[in-house]
Amino acid sequence: MDRFAAFKWQALFTDWRIFVDGLGRTASTAGLALLLSLGLGVLFGMLATSPYRSGRSVSRLYVSLIQNTPLVTQIFFLYYALPHLDVVLPTPVVGILGLGFYHGAYMAEVFRAGIQAIHRGQLEAGLSQGFTYAQTMRYVILPQAAEIVLPPMTNQAVALIKNSSILAMISGGDLMFQADSWSASTGYYGPAYLTVWLIYFSLCFPLARLAKHWEEKSARSRSGEVKAA
Amino acid sequence: MIEELLALAQWHNLRFLWQGLAVTLQISVLTIIFSFLLGTVLGVMRYSGHWLLSRLAAVYVEGFRSSPLILLVLLFRFTTPLKPVNSGTLAMSLFTAAIVAEVVRGGLNAVDKGQWEAARSQGFSWIQILRYVVLPQALRKMIPPLIGQFITVVKDTSYVWVTGVEELTGKGVIILGQYGTASQFFAIFGLIGLIYYLLCWGLQRFGLHQERRMSWLTM
Repeated sequence: MDRFAAFKWQALFTDWRIFVDGLGRTASTAGLALLLSLGLGVLFGMLATSPYRSGRSVSRLYVSLIQNTPLVTQIFFLYYALPHLDVVLPTPVVGILGLGFYHGAYMAEVFRAGIQAIHRGQLEAGLSQGFTYAQTMRYVILPQAAEIVLPPMTNQAVALIKNSSILAMISGGDLMFQADSWSASTGYYGPAYLTVWLIYFSLCFPLARLAKHWEEKSARSRSGEVKAA
Repeated sequence: MIEELLALAQWHNLRFLWQGLAVTLQISVLTIIFSFLLGTVLGVMRYSGHWLLSRLAAVYVEGFRSSPLILLVLLFRFTTPLKPVNSGTLAMSLFTAAIVAEVVRGGLNAVDKGQWEAARSQGFSWIQILRYVVLPQALRKMIPPLIGQFITVVKDTSYVWVTGVEELTGKGVIILGQYGTASQFFAIFGLIGLIYYLLCWGLQRFGLHQERRMSWLTM
């Protein structure tokens, strides 16, 4: 196991700052990309369920173009296309845009499914009971929609965190990039990659568990087991 | 602009991209086969409820699922003696197997438990029930998420470019070094995007077809 020799770990702990910097970049990129993807997801999810044919077509075009081509290709496309359009952006911003648009397409599908799952009668029923539109949304529609949307949304967030490692391919200074360049200069791949894996695991695993928990809860409530509670 | 595109549209450039597509297809097909086999075994292990086997499968699944693919691709590139294209295929197979395992487990869980009792009362053994009764029924449930995952595999082959394997995206980026004008750039990436789109679309149609073909397996 000389790939994981003690002195290599020691070198890694001496340079811990590099990894913390990378984690910071990963967190900020993933966070902003998540916000962008949520915004795009809500927008295109609403377009997909709108009564306007053109809105639905635009949404379908966006979702199918993004979902049927690789994120890597999209990122490289953005990375090289923007200079052709005389737009120069810092690499992390390219990453945020690429990740945001990519996961926005998946979020759009999540929101579309959420909106379509709530029967239109629910809104009418709420209104007929004297609720205002806002109250009906707040107390009737959104709680049901959240139950359906939250688990797949959280899974998308996990996928986004993992995919933010794509910044390493365009020298974006994220966790993966720092680990890669650190181990390229020292040759200590084992400790660097294992550490980075642990960090990603501690970010993704709890979120995935949370999604699973919500999924099971909503499955139970829909099958009526906890109706009495 | 026309001259730029004509300069690009030459036989040797198309062949260059075709070579990349062949690598993309090779990695995709091998990954789909390996991950399906390993994922099925892991999914059955986790489903079995065996105290050791199900825990081993759970550790495998959660461990690989929580890692970015690019990390595995790089890790296997630098810690195995394999050629980059093979270490990439290995990394992708092990990663995808974790996701396939969850799909298999979900499909198995969806099969009514009464099927087990019915088959056991007919004298089937555990393996026989799984092989002849439960897995075929689970398979139909599994097709949509499996196809979704295999589409992801085709797209994710582009991650292997990080280790210098010249698959389709890699070939496109390389060709840009020689043909760097705006129109050439958009033509190259448009073509590459179209190829990926057709591959993914074809896979999706295939999945729908299979699902319909298996509709006799009612659930």
